[in-house]
Amino acid sequence: MAAVNILETRGLSKSFGGVHANSDVDFELARGKVTALIGPNGAGKSTFVGMVSGRIEATRGQVLFEGADISHLPAHKRIQLGLAYTFQITSIFAGLSVEENVALAARRLLAGQPEALVKRVTSVLARVGLSDRAVQIAGDLSYGHQRILEIAMGLAQEPKIFILDEPTQGLAESEVDDFITLVRALAGETTILLIEHNMRVVMETADMIAVLDQGRMLAEGTPDDIRANADVQAAYLGTSTDA
Amino acid sequence: MTDNSKSNLMHIGVLVVLFALFFILPVYHAGNMSRIMVLAVYAMGFNLLFGYTGLLSLGHAMFFAAGMYGFGLTTNLGGLPVPLAFGFGVICAGVLALVVGFLALRTIGVAFMIVTLMFAQTAYLVVLYFGTYTRGDEGFVIQQAQRSIAGIDLTSETGRYFTALLIFGICFLLIARLVQTPFGKTLVAIRENEERTRMLGYDSHRHKLKILVISGLFSGVAGATYALLFGYVGATFATVQYSIFPLVWVLLGGAGTTIGPLIGVFFMFYLINISSGFTDAYMLVVGVVLVLLTLFAPHGLAGLLRKKVLTWLP
Ligand SMILES: Nc1ncnc2c1ncn2[C@@H]1O[C@H](COP(=O)(O)OP(=O)(O)OP(=O)(O)O)[C@@H](O)[C@H]1O
Ligand SMILES: [Mg+2]
Repeated sequence: MAAVNILETRGLSKSFGGVHANSDVDFELARGKVTALIGPNGAGKSTFVGMVSGRIEATRGQVLFEGADISHLPAHKRIQLGLAYTFQITSIFAGLSVEENVALAARRLLAGQPEALVKRVTSVLARVGLSDRAVQIAGDLSYGHQRILEIAMGLAQEPKIFILDEPTQGLAESEVDDFITLVRALAGETTILLIEHNMRVVMETADMIAVLDQGRMLAEGTPDDIRANADVQAAYLGTSTDA
Repeated sequence: MTDNSKSNLMHIGVLVVLFALFFILPVYHAGNMSRIMVLAVYAMGFNLLFGYTGLLSLGHAMFFAAGMYGFGLTTNLGGLPVPLAFGFGVICAGVLALVVGFLALRTIGVAFMIVTLMFAQTAYLVVLYFGTYTRGDEGFVIQQAQRSIAGIDLTSETGRYFTALLIFGICFLLIARLVQTPFGKTLVAIRENEERTRMLGYDSHRHKLKILVISGLFSGVAGATYALLFGYVGATFATVQYSIFPLVWVLLGGAGTTIGPLIGVFFMFYLINISSGFTDAYMLVVGVVLVLLTLFAPHGLAGLLRKKVLTWLP
């Protein structure tokens, strides 16, 4: 009986001074699906997910999660409801070990269960392929591995909605393949909202695509719909398929 | 042996050494150690906020003084029995920390430093303003008759040393435990990257308020103990200088380590003690040593140890 959409936004808007980063964005996120949010640089994608997660305060509009209005909840409360967020600009605990980074992500839910915590950390690290770097200091990891650690921190929370802001940026081709495999495995377990410039990743993982352009929602639909959409081709696909 | 049991062993070991020192050290140095242990409690309280959570308060003297005056005034003027007066002093410090935290934690970074500094300055002025009771800069002495608990004379060197050790030991072990809890680890996360911590679903503001109160409580314990053991309460302890001391101790000893504060207080105490025996310009010596340490051991003495040999140091 769960509603089809796990998350909706209504009239969500953000202005930075005179810049309208998001204008009246109405959006629906289908439960259990992988939805890709695409759009040219500066389209407002990060701003949008920032407002959804509570990291950025909306100028106007509503965010509904499981039917409840969460527009006025601070970020940490939204995360507690089951939203996980990974940053476009890598944000990890650079001075702490890799395993402690993941443990911090998982510990909020498993604070009283040290054994379950260790198990979760071990399995998440194994899943993303960072097991042999568990005791390394996170700041010493390569850029690509830091991106992967960021994803691991999201996974460790076993979120209901997993928001990923350009997770494959800066990853090597083989790591991108691993990422695609990971997202496919997660599909069905959780709902994923994926901001992505790499069209190969989008086409190989997304069930649904939403296109943002100059702060407005240009189109939403299945990959086939989007490919066929003339507006989208004009605004985005035609110019950036090779990006 | 796991890191955890090594760490437990280290903490117990430190207490055993401190216990044994009393029987080894000449009386004069045992007296110094009593003082060092009490001040180390203050430094440990400060370290929770600064070393573990990354919040630099420049007004911690107000919490030390709150404990000191809360205890001293109620036992001297109010005639409250020592344990009650002691508890009252500690609560004063905790309540003050709650109020200060409520207001000051709206700010971050330099603004937080300035706001705490101003609160402490206000507290200092309050002490002077109520000079009728506090006797201002001159301070007051706590009567010898009031300085005993359960028949133990706290003016004797023995009574003093072991009371200091008992209180230090309790605080030391409590803090060692605290920083290993999920709460303690979240504090470190806040220090490392507050926004990330928040975006993992932790209420960072609440954590900061809690640890400020806890830090204030430990500082208050130190202040009340100081008055109890050394029998003197004065406005000097509410001055800016006493807000800067814990920062220097903790930086010297090693911020964010459980043992650092004790090392820092010990080192600084004897640095001043010894250099002032040689020269009147002992503060110059202290300054030079501080600069050298910051250059060669930026994470303090315990930080240096942790890096070189004892990687498991908590
Ligand atoms: N904090 C801010 N202050 C002022 N302007 C901002 C701020 N954040 C974003 N903007 C502006 O808002 C617009 C949308 O930015 P946003 O980062 O959301 O785009 P994006 O779609 O994520 O782009 P990219 O693909 O480059 O990551 C841009 O014009 C950007 O310059
Ligand atoms: Mg972006």
